[in-house]
Amino acid sequence: MSLETLLLAAAVAVASGLIGCFAVMRRMTLAADALSHVALPGIGVALALHVNPLVGAATMLFFGALLVWALEDRSRMATETLIGIVFSASLAVGSMMTSGEDLIEALFGRVGALSWTEAAFGLVATAAVIAFVVSRKHSLVVALVSPDIARTAGIDIRRLNLIYLQMFALTVALGLRYLGALLMGSLIIIPAATAKRLARNLTEMLAFAAVISVAATLIGAVTAARLHRETGPVIVTVAALGFLVSLLKRQA
Amino acid sequence: MPPPVLNVAHLTIRFGAREVVRDLTFSVAPGSALAVIGPNGSGKTVLFKALIGALPYEGSVRWAPGVRIGYVPQKLDIERDVPLTGLDFLLARAALGRLPRESVGRTMELVGLPRDVVERPIGAMSGGQFQRLLVAFALVGKPNVLLLDEPTAGVDEPGEERLNELVHRLQHEEALTVLLISHELSVVYRYAENVLCLGGGYTCVGPPREVLTPEVLRQIYGEKDTVHVHEP
Repeated sequence: MSLETLLLAAAVAVASGLIGCFAVMRRMTLAADALSHVALPGIGVALALHVNPLVGAATMLFFGALLVWALEDRSRMATETLIGIVFSASLAVGSMMTSGEDLIEALFGRVGALSWTEAAFGLVATAAVIAFVVSRKHSLVVALVSPDIARTAGIDIRRLNLIYLQMFALTVALGLRYLGALLMGSLIIIPAATAKRLARNLTEMLAFAAVISVAATLIGAVTAARLHRETGPVIVTVAALGFLVSLLKRQA
Repeated sequence: MPPPVLNVAHLTIRFGAREVVRDLTFSVAPGSALAVIGPNGSGKTVLFKALIGALPYEGSVRWAPGVRIGYVPQKLDIERDVPLTGLDFLLARAALGRLPRESVGRTMELVGLPRDVVERPIGAMSGGQFQRLLVAFALVGKPNVLLLDEPTAGVDEPGEERLNELVHRLQHEEALTVLLISHELSVVYRYAENVLCLGGGYTCVGPPREVLTPEVLRQIYGEKDTVHVHEP
């Protein structure tokens, strides 16, 4: 990884750690992880049309987030089943549309040269995600404890959920390049799940998740280069090892 | 007479084909306390959820302009291991209302929540502590209307007394309007100017002493249930 790519990856890691905290606390890890798979058919369509794969992925993620949002009002069980089916199907369809090297790259990511537009888009989008979590964390906390209470505190719950899910989808799009459609969900969920075990309050959880996510990214990238392996899988393995270590701490 | 804080007309709430609340009409005067009573499943909580706009309904629910609602729900389903402390929750409310942090400390004192308790994760609090936290949360937002859904459920007896007294005091000192769901008829007699009873396909509204005749209580709660009325 070049220095610019590594720095951008670290920034994206901060965003994914932060956005993941609320996915983990809201018990929507399944939906969140499955949502990242929807990027695959988007990449397939984009490759067929010879446009930037990330544009296709981002478009599909946008609609995927919209779908999760529309389903959220339904009963929990039905939603989880439906989300599981829709997104597994999208993974299957996406795999049929893509093949060979392209498929492997779409699934697991590949670190390539970064164009200026991509770097600029990445930085702006990363800043937007971080700004969203930091500025709306109070609303997110209250909505997490009770949507009814949040409503009486003047929070527009449906709007907040929609923006949250779109920010989540944007974070997935940001990590696709080096983690792929299969693994980006993991970089959002695993550091947050680790932080949840270690933290005693909200501030700690957000800070731990960001730090763990950045550490996994940097350690993973360096290790992958040493071992001559693809970067994405090593990053996620390092993050998962971090979670295993956190299991040593006994829950209060 | 000042215009009512809340005007409800012909309110009907359905769950599928079942009418949980049917054609309910009542109003609440500013600064008064209305107790809502009725057996389990009579639609008390559902009524509150419709009043805050969390459930669809037919008919009309009109709040006076400038109303700030503090809502204390009955029970919440929160994962025990979420690292959110009571303080995180209260400070979030203060931040949302652009209120100073000190308002949180004052409210904690009011409801009797010590510092070491609010610094615990919400999931590690006892039922009574959590209930007080919810009341504190409602109060931090400087409401002029309080909706309390059995606020003393799970609170020990001294705590219950304290919460009831607190709500009563705030009602008078801050001219708060209170809507309260309660199973304790003694509380209803002591604190509420008016009572709204739901159940058995029957509704009634009025001052407790006029409305809560043994006949009506039998209608609402059914013949078999024994109702304990502790006269003050």
